[in-house]
Amino acid sequence: MAAISRDEVANLARLARISMSDAELDHLAGEMDVILGAVARVQEVAGADVPPTSHPLAVSNVTRDDVVTPSLTPEQALSGAPASSEQRFKVPKILGEE
Amino acid sequence: MSLNYDSALEIYEPTLGLEVHVELNTNSKMFCGCATEFGAQPNTQTCPVCLGLPGSLPVVNKRAIESTILIGLALNCSIAPFSRFARKNYFYPDMPKNFQTSQYDEPICVNGSLDVEIETDEGNKVFKVEIERVHMEEDTGKSLHVGGSTGRIHGADYSLLDYNRAGIPLVEIVTKIVPNTGKYAPLVARGYVAALRDILRSLKVSDVKMEQGSLRCDVNLSLSKRGSGVLGTRSETKNVNSLRSVERAVTGEIVRQANRLQSGEKVVQETRHFLEESGQTRPGRSKEQAEDYRYFPEPDLVPVAPDGKWIEELRKSLPEKPAERRKRLQQAWAVPDKEMRAMVNAELLDTVEQTVLLGADPTRARSWWLGEISRIANERSVLPTDLITVSDVAQIIELITKGELTDKLARQVVEGVIAKEGTPSQVIAKRSLKVVSDDSQLMKAIAEAIAAAPETAQKVRDGNIPAAGALIGAVMKLTGGQADAARVRQLLLKHLGQ
Ligand SMILES: [Zn+2]
Repeated sequence: MAAISRDEVANLARLARISMSDAELDHLAGEMDVILGAVARVQEVAGADVPPTSHPLAVSNVTRDDVVTPSLTPEQALSGAPASSEQRFKVPKILGEE
Repeated sequence: MSLNYDSALEIYEPTLGLEVHVELNTNSKMFCGCATEFGAQPNTQTCPVCLGLPGSLPVVNKRAIESTILIGLALNCSIAPFSRFARKNYFYPDMPKNFQTSQYDEPICVNGSLDVEIETDEGNKVFKVEIERVHMEEDTGKSLHVGGSTGRIHGADYSLLDYNRAGIPLVEIVTKIVPNTGKYAPLVARGYVAALRDILRSLKVSDVKMEQGSLRCDVNLSLSKRGSGVLGTRSETKNVNSLRSVERAVTGEIVRQANRLQSGEKVVQETRHFLEESGQTRPGRSKEQAEDYRYFPEPDLVPVAPDGKWIEELRKSLPEKPAERRKRLQQAWAVPDKEMRAMVNAELLDTVEQTVLLGADPTRARSWWLGEISRIANERSVLPTDLITVSDVAQIIELITKGELTDKLARQVVEGVIAKEGTPSQVIAKRSLKVVSDDSQLMKAIAEAIAAAPETAQKVRDGNIPAAGALIGAVMKLTGGQADAARVRQLLLKHLGQ
């Protein structure tokens, strides 16, 4: 049985706002299935004595002191924006959401 | 026939759940060094990290972690020995990264509780509200919807984003479901937020200003038919921004849901928006399609694993619990319940305490702050402490206690200080507001008053003591209100053989 279905790939694409053609979906569903299969093999190797990890480094509590550092100027902050107005980022209206 | 609040509660039992978001008052943001000042010019407090620019890396603010642990400890939570951040993925322009860094399945504080005391017509009642979790996350940017009906999303032509707020440390405090509050559900909800706010304020971890959004509450509510034991579908009312609104939102939802259920309709699981003017809620986003945020561990941040020593150090720094402090002060100052509540509700407890600590008599301190000064503050829509300092008030009260000012003169001093005429002593000097305590000067005024109203004086001589009132009034007028009325009365009656 496939690890990921074509419908699941379509759903992921929708959540990631990536538009995909039927052909692309067919193709990717197959490829992702291979990737997931490879990951599943690694999972088999990890025994109960291996704790799950989310980070390659065995460190914790890396923090910074609560000190203010200089920010960008508004001009710098907005310099990469496709559109701006009133010193703010201008984005298209948001539909169907509140 | 539609159900009102009381008839709704005869049929249905409400179940509450409360989510409170509190902005921490750190100097810098959660994951970068940008300032967190409220009301700054748009996009002046941003950097590559909080704008989500490629290649930027977050680092956690240590004080934000400590503030969160303090909140957890104050709410009797267990502090997790290991907790992580996760990415909550969503596409909405209020987060430029396209995800919010939050804690998901491994929050830093779990399983706490908060006792909520409310006043009811059956006396004070205590409800134990259990806390599910306290976790760290970051605030979002502010959107301004332009065009259409201004400010609303529907019909907007475009939106403008200010990311100053994006990345400000935010702590979310989530209760377990709060059952069996019955008709007191609105008061318990309000009491919970008030008690939580008091604790956060005592910890000095947040400004807790609901009107500025540094404390926001989402109210979850469902109804179940009495005796059925089946929980109903809940609605979630977002961003209820005052204590009064929390109470009204719960009341409104109980009535709305009861009427829906009674007419055979279903309660839809959805986000609703509280309408300040009517106390009603209106539907927002429907949650029928469960949101899929595709949470996964944040690879750019390492875990937070507070050791016992760190936690104990923080525990030692916990302040006195607000409820205990209140009881202690009430006893020490011998304040009746009603006045104590007035002081707490006016948020003047700290101010009065500071004034008392400077030597002022507690009763006088309370009546000046809650009376004259609050009255002027209300007229001008400012806070009492914006008008006059604690030390000025303490000084004025000291002069009253010493007999150097009457209440009437003191009011003028307060007025002068508020009008920025200077310190109390400068105002007293400028306006010549000293009590006339020189008896010979008072006797001169008394003789003058008697000469002007010989018939009244005779009445007093004949034993009509109340008639002295008019003469005392005249003396006060002659001395420009600067005499001690009690002393005038004493001298006058003695002079007239009484
Ligand atoms: Zn920043």
